[in-house]
Amino acid sequence: MSAHAGGYSADPRIRWIESLPWIVAIAAFFALPEYLSLGARILIYILYALSLDLIVGYAGIITLGHSAYFGLGAYIAGILAAKAGISDPMVQLAAAAAAGALLGISTGAIILRTKALTLLMLTLAITSVLLEIANKATTLTGGADGLSGVVVAPILGLFRFDIFGKTAYLYCLLVLLLGWWLVRKMIYSPFGTSLTGVRENSLRMHAIGAPVYWRLVLVYTLSATIAGVAGGLITQTNQFVGLNVLSFESAGELLVMLILGGVGRIYGAFVGPVAYLIAQDFLAKQFPEYWYFGIGTMLVLVVMFARGGILGILDGSLVKLRSRP
Amino acid sequence: MSAALETRGLCKSFGALTVADDIDFRLEIGARHALIGPNGAGKTTFVNMLTGALPPSSGRIVLGGEDITAMAQAKRVKRGLGRTFQINALFRRLAVIDNVALAVAERRGVARRMLRAASTHADVRAESMDLLATLGLAEDAGIRILDLPYGKQRLVEIAIALGLKPRVLLLDEPAAGVPSLESYRILQVLDNLPKHIAILIIEHDMDLVFRFAQRITVLVQGEVLVEGPPEEIAKDKRVHQVYLGEQHHG
Repeated sequence: MSAHAGGYSADPRIRWIESLPWIVAIAAFFALPEYLSLGARILIYILYALSLDLIVGYAGIITLGHSAYFGLGAYIAGILAAKAGISDPMVQLAAAAAAGALLGISTGAIILRTKALTLLMLTLAITSVLLEIANKATTLTGGADGLSGVVVAPILGLFRFDIFGKTAYLYCLLVLLLGWWLVRKMIYSPFGTSLTGVRENSLRMHAIGAPVYWRLVLVYTLSATIAGVAGGLITQTNQFVGLNVLSFESAGELLVMLILGGVGRIYGAFVGPVAYLIAQDFLAKQFPEYWYFGIGTMLVLVVMFARGGILGILDGSLVKLRSRP
Repeated sequence: MSAALETRGLCKSFGALTVADDIDFRLEIGARHALIGPNGAGKTTFVNMLTGALPPSSGRIVLGGEDITAMAQAKRVKRGLGRTFQINALFRRLAVIDNVALAVAERRGVARRMLRAASTHADVRAESMDLLATLGLAEDAGIRILDLPYGKQRLVEIAIALGLKPRVLLLDEPAAGVPSLESYRILQVLDNLPKHIAILIIEHDMDLVFRFAQRITVLVQGEVLVEGPPEEIAKDKRVHQVYLGEQHHG
């Protein structure tokens, strides 16, 4: 699963190894029925990380505030379900996507005029402002107590969310499949290649007449839309929304997941959340007070010795194996 | 008849420091024109103003009869203004063909497409390969810029600019840092560029300048010192004093 990069000489066909995550996901459904809730959470975080990879890994936009779009999607789906009496999951998800898109384009249009540290601080500011709004607007959001009473009707009127998490798992898997397909398609497209161009050398992209700013706003909006969908999913599967979905910690955690998996590789967004959430689950049970230490150690090791993340290590090992006589 | 590119009273100041002072300049259609001057004369600043990377403090820039002074850089490119950079500005981790294809796709208007794979745009690939073949880079198409010798990287700079099919091409020191043998290759490439493209070359390599240019403008401290055909410039004592020293070209 080497780095996936578009380009006019890149083969866009899906390789057999790319079916591996889906085979594992389906196998996990049958083999690990008691872990389906964790599984659904992992699938959602993969989608969320995929949205982040699109902007960080491919377009080179740095952010610490992606939770703004995830959190807004979560709250919109929750408010529709708990306050507006709209229980159709498709409508909730569409609204979460639209909200993510709207916030993405309106904030992106402002913050993408800046770069580096200023951009980083602005992304942080956006999610902090939204967090404070959600904290204060208690009638709508439940404030610090969170938003409960989220009602989700059966999907397409047929598939009811069950207590074992089977429906939620498959539903999240399908949405992820759609998100992955769209992101992959985009990365291999001329648009995706031009994003790589912006990441590599925005000066030159200006000089070849590319509307760099608008390309960045567009990809930022698309990424925010996907993050909004992921937020909607977390509400539907948890049937609760807490302030943490908008927190800086959530955005930072996501970035850590992506770095662990490997940035700018599509499948780093798959490997990172799996490694992170399983490690978190395991460490929190074994060392309830010190589990962050384990996560921190993992991150330090990856940053120091494996800049390409877990997939980078695998890639490097494969290259070494192939180069052996 | 309007020039390919023209500036009128172009000025640029950074506070008290004036780096371009009332520059009147005219680049004829299909011209082979060189802009020379000692370090710090304001040559790159002048090119940056022409391309829109730097706004002038005052004055006008006219491209093919159209005032482009306030026009965004991307729009100037669409109007046919291409450039190369003094220090390579390439997509270093992309293959040579992708470097050129990015420019070709941008010009053809396919770069914004999202749902079809880039590699299925056979027209973009074919045009990029043709360009690379013209510049003798066909065999390097699949090599990443990082792994390409510096001299060839300079040629990729030119290939990217040509991918835009410019009417006016600004070449900022195309042979900078290139060994003399490879600089001969660059001169060959420049000689074979389509005759309808007006070319302004900024260069310190005087052999290259005097062999390539039909007209030379000498810029000193942001002002035009003298302009004329190479033989006149070579004889001009002021040029010898400020720039050429005792070197003589004929």
